[in-house]
Amino acid sequence: MSEQIKPIQFSAETMDLVQRIIKRYPEGRQKSALLPILHIAQAEFDGWLSTPVMDYVASILSIKPIEVYEVASFYTMFNLEPVGKCLIEVCQTGPCWLRGADDIVEHFEKKLNIKVGETTADGMFTLKTVECLGSCGTAPMLQCGSDYYENLTTEKVDTLIEKLRSSNQRSTYMKSNMQEI
Amino acid sequence: MARLLEHINVPGINTFDVYRKHGGYKSVEKALKTMTPDEVTEEVKKSGLRGRGGAGFPAGMKWSFLDRKSDKPRYLVCNADESEPGTFKDRYLMEKIPHVLIEGMITSSYALGAKTSYIYVRGEYMYIIRILEKAIEEARANGFLGKNILGTDYSLELYVQPGGGAYICGEETALLESLEGKRGNPRLKPPFPAVAGLYASPTVVNNVETISAVCSIVNESGDEYAKIGVGKSTGTKLISASGHINKPGVYEIELGLPVEEFIYSDQYCGGIWKGRKLKAVVAGGSSVPILPAELILKTAKGEPRLMSYESLSDGGFATGTMLGSGGFIVMDETACIVRNLWTFTRFYHHESCGQCSPCREGTGWMEKVLHRIEHGHGHMEDIDLLVDVAKKIEGNTICPLGDAAAWPVASAIRHFREEFEYHVKYPEKVKNPKHFELEPFRSEKVLAGV
Repeated sequence: MSEQIKPIQFSAETMDLVQRIIKRYPEGRQKSALLPILHIAQAEFDGWLSTPVMDYVASILSIKPIEVYEVASFYTMFNLEPVGKCLIEVCQTGPCWLRGADDIVEHFEKKLNIKVGETTADGMFTLKTVECLGSCGTAPMLQCGSDYYENLTTEKVDTLIEKLRSSNQRSTYMKSNMQEI
Repeated sequence: MARLLEHINVPGINTFDVYRKHGGYKSVEKALKTMTPDEVTEEVKKSGLRGRGGAGFPAGMKWSFLDRKSDKPRYLVCNADESEPGTFKDRYLMEKIPHVLIEGMITSSYALGAKTSYIYVRGEYMYIIRILEKAIEEARANGFLGKNILGTDYSLELYVQPGGGAYICGEETALLESLEGKRGNPRLKPPFPAVAGLYASPTVVNNVETISAVCSIVNESGDEYAKIGVGKSTGTKLISASGHINKPGVYEIELGLPVEEFIYSDQYCGGIWKGRKLKAVVAGGSSVPILPAELILKTAKGEPRLMSYESLSDGGFATGTMLGSGGFIVMDETACIVRNLWTFTRFYHHESCGQCSPCREGTGWMEKVLHRIEHGHGHMEDIDLLVDVAKKIEGNTICPLGDAAAWPVASAIRHFREEFEYHVKYPEKVKNPKHFELEPFRSEKVLAGV
């Protein structure tokens, strides 16, 4: 967990992207860029949104910090606490449950030796259950970063854990680490 | 017959060049060069196309409500926030053949007089957003987006907006709030978006599949499109088939196909998996009433049930259901109706935006009570308590999420009350989460050995 503390500022390249996003909306409607920019901020700053990060986003959009907090806390994809390097989100709603999502969650808990909602001691994995991800025809499934892993079996879960561990990359919704499993 | 997925298996159909070679972007050429915007709207009206997101409201009529006298800019917003459990058709369409949506967006934006349009995609579909952005770039490079499209005086900018993971943003006014950078709290209506939508300007919000269908309608005329299907259910519909079937996936059907054929034909679901029997179906996404096998295959009058808006709702909620979003969830004889319902109710509790007390509190209580019944701690009176809570949510909330949470509970108890009673009577038997896989539920008489 010894990631270096980064200064809270987007790189010039990211800032350029942020400015282009703001231009998608009519003048004075820059607040519309809030969700896309929160996604970018979360990806840039270790997978979660701390208060200083949210304040920084507010300053870019010239809005009050509370306008950022209330939005960040409303949407499921924004983490308001630190998460493991790989956030494993297993779908548990009806159609996935019918095809064995419970077994997948149970297998993760056993393999990683954590319960749903917990992070492994080495900070590598956080296990979470989520509601329908729109992948019911390829159930059971999970999301890790921007990648969907579908038609899961316990064997596939074992392979995935190994791959994620050896690639040692932080999962982010903004980037694919898609690997066949 | 296929309209949307006709070329789905052509290699490279996700690219502009291949899509164009197979007749892509013809509707844009036809509309912009030979038709007025009102003529395009007229064709959509004639087609009888109904909103494919779930409500089934006539799309042409929705377009005609747009305030055309206002001097504010008009917007078209595509609802790609697909989050209704059991529904994954829009993801499939956007992933495999993204240009059909881009083409539909251009043609529809022209009809509505929109100069800027947005596609709001649920945040979890981030990889789909990349696919759409690439398709938009290709369309722009080929002169179909930007200033003076195809040399005409029509200009359009099209952007993709990510959501943040909230089912409620599929409700159109919540989606607009979210697009404005706010919490996804549905708005009180009126005013409707057609008058005061995005940035308080006249706005039309349509589902991905609805907008994509506009391409065929413009190409072949509204009257021709209306010949597909049955009665007021015109055209084709994408059905997302999931659950205990041999071939889960997305199928484009002509509306009016018998349900029995859809479930058992090898062309579609391919029958129930593991050689088991059909127990129940949720035909239109988790919100619509569940029906037991005998009522999904045949109406209460004994007529074959068809995949159409009218046939599926035949009999009202007493014996019918709804086509909804086309999320077709199939359950075999080992599925526990109580546990399935508990997962749905947990979903609605999680996704309630919290504005209206009946929904915020009611979904939480229904989840708790269902959890206790399912885990062998229920009481007989809990069953009527659930019915009562559902009744008090229904119709008492700003948006339809309340109804969507209430209908599955009311219908599961209506058709499967015995199964809830079984859970209360035999707590030991249901302690194992896989109880019905060990011993499928057969009704009280069979269990009692009568």
